[in-house]
Amino acid sequence: MPEIRAEGLRKAYGKVIALNGIDLTIRDGEYLSIVGPSGCGKTTLIKSIAGIIQPDAGEIKINGDIVTSLPIEDRGVGYVFQEIALFPHMNVYDNVSYGLMVRGVPPPERMGSIEEMLHMMNLEEYVSRYPRELSGGARQKTAISRALTSGSTLLLLDEPLGALDLKVRTVLRYELRKLVKDLGLTAIHVTHDQAEALSVSDRIVVMRAGRIVEVGPPLQLYLRPKEIFTAKFLGEANFMIGEATETKDAGMSINVSGSKLNAIITGEIAPKKGEACVIAIRPEFVDLSSKPRKGNTWVCEVVGASFVGDSMRYEVRAKNEVTLLAKTPIAGGESSFAAGDKAYVTLPGENLLLYGLPEEGLEKALSLE
Amino acid sequence: MPSLRLLNVTKRFGALKALDDIIFEVKDREYLCVLGSTGSGKTTLLRTIAGILRPDEGEVYIDGEKANDVAAEDRNAVYVPQTYALFPHMTVLENVMFGPLAKGTGRATAEETAMRVLKLVRLDKRADAYPNELSGGMQQRVALARGLASGAKLLLLDEPLGALDVRLRLELRTELRKLAKESGFTVIHVTHDQEEAMTIGDRILVLRKGRLQQYGTPYHVYNRPERIFVANFVGNTNFLEAIIESRSKEGSTLRLREGLNVVVQDSSFEPEEAVIVAIREENVSITPEPRGDEPNRLSGEVTAVHFLGSFTRYVVKITNGDEVASRVPIKDAKTEINQGDWVSVSFDPGNTRVYEYPTLGLSSELEAS
Repeated sequence: MPEIRAEGLRKAYGKVIALNGIDLTIRDGEYLSIVGPSGCGKTTLIKSIAGIIQPDAGEIKINGDIVTSLPIEDRGVGYVFQEIALFPHMNVYDNVSYGLMVRGVPPPERMGSIEEMLHMMNLEEYVSRYPRELSGGARQKTAISRALTSGSTLLLLDEPLGALDLKVRTVLRYELRKLVKDLGLTAIHVTHDQAEALSVSDRIVVMRAGRIVEVGPPLQLYLRPKEIFTAKFLGEANFMIGEATETKDAGMSINVSGSKLNAIITGEIAPKKGEACVIAIRPEFVDLSSKPRKGNTWVCEVVGASFVGDSMRYEVRAKNEVTLLAKTPIAGGESSFAAGDKAYVTLPGENLLLYGLPEEGLEKALSLE
Repeated sequence: MPSLRLLNVTKRFGALKALDDIIFEVKDREYLCVLGSTGSGKTTLLRTIAGILRPDEGEVYIDGEKANDVAAEDRNAVYVPQTYALFPHMTVLENVMFGPLAKGTGRATAEETAMRVLKLVRLDKRADAYPNELSGGMQQRVALARGLASGAKLLLLDEPLGALDVRLRLELRTELRKLAKESGFTVIHVTHDQEEAMTIGDRILVLRKGRLQQYGTPYHVYNRPERIFVANFVGNTNFLEAIIESRSKEGSTLRLREGLNVVVQDSSFEPEEAVIVAIREENVSITPEPRGDEPNRLSGEVTAVHFLGSFTRYVVKITNGDEVASRVPIKDAKTEINQGDWVSVSFDPGNTRVYEYPTLGLSSELEAS
């Protein structure tokens, strides 16, 4: 049940700066995910917290104690990584009890906590199987059980589901969160899978190029990202460049390639009249209809339609040449539009995200590197 | 013009049937996605088509000609394996030019082709780099580019986007399809990612334990899964155990555990038969208050709320102890519903599918391998 603090962490590998001044507090009992593109430093960060990597500068504190120079075995952490590392010659039971055995806990005392763990992870029927006889999911559950029976209350998960098939991964991620909450652990979970981060975390940290871009609860980062990169990296978004033409009260008008959009200002940064700005909108808020709606509606042509099961993805080109992606749920129904159709695309003002035009240009601001 | 036909193809590794009586046909210029989990036989299938493996039984026809005895290099097919094998002493450009040059293409044309495909995989700026200077994901893109540039018209791609960052994977998959269509390739693309398969495949072939489970368009496979396995593997589905209570021309009444009744449109089973009723999560609606007398209204407690980005997923434990999950588009999110709340879930009798109760039980039918 520890609280973790990273203060001013820096780490460089030659010229590559993996951590460029990281300050972060992980609350007691929190499930925190770290996401970001390859090479953003997320793995270096979790390895620094674990004690596998020594930062060049800065401190790691666990419950207020500086542990920066302590090796991993003295930090009381359970560490699970993507490459499943079980002892191949030991069965599930022996693998899970290994940690207690090496700490000299006598067999009768080991039994209770091991059996409880195996029960929680639904591994009871596999206890006498060897790793090669298990599915990928069962192997990773064994690894997680082993990490936890050592008594650690801080669970560090470094792409723990990354090597598993998508379907197994989806089921396991919920089990993982439930386990962490039931046992009252603090968990830090590094993942490249944004759906995983959104669905299991109390808070998400978005990283890029060695720095923290934004931290917040999933819903807030998804619906009201403060940073343009968060809008790009978490979920999908359409981006357009426009110019603020009028502002009044909580609303403003924007000129996008000659067409007008009315937006509601919800963020802290509101572009001033005459200033260039970036407008973003998630594809599921882009409305496609055969009749015009009130306000923020453009005539468009459907240029692509693809079926993704629970939704249709439409690519549309508006009269002003702006291309937009729209995602429409089609529970049990048929697609309403096909490529080549004329339609109306509506961008509801309350779902528009506004940003100032980044100094380095939009493309650079959204780039993953 | 490559078309492909497999007739009763079986491939054994010792006692294991990696492919078991596989029959299907791919038309010229068709984009086929082979969907299955680890160990389903999808790589074996690709290697058999490529000519790297010989089928133990059955025939492989390419362009209407039996190809069983045709060597891999004479099949006008290019196989891009999951583990990219690049020439370490050649630059990215030289690696990609290798195929065209080996086929006798002039240097200028080969370079032009290579640069075009490198641009597609976003590596034109790294043309002069050596493989060891690139990340794993970049190397995979080079391998893909090399396959695309090879001049062969039948592309056999094994998880071509597997090692890439999610963001890049989303962007590249649509472009991969576009390129295949523009260049007239026939493509067999192996993946475990159902969304990828649905977005880019003209047709999908679902494999499990070496057996073909279903073959059809994404729309067909998603909306009319012929087996429980397919309904589970593609999309997100609730499965409830039931007994047929009565039936008429309009449908059947089913008895769930603990005597709860639901109605379905299917009427193909006899009274007292044991069945599984499947309902897509997005076809289950959820309300805080019981509504009128709509059919199939079940009440229960919300045991979990999972935010998934464009959807929110509610898990409800209904009064008989079964779990029913409901996926609600974020536009219609029920912000008032929280974990622990008592709610109603309901579904349309037309949005259900009924399957014979599996001999080995439901869970054995859901397992991928």
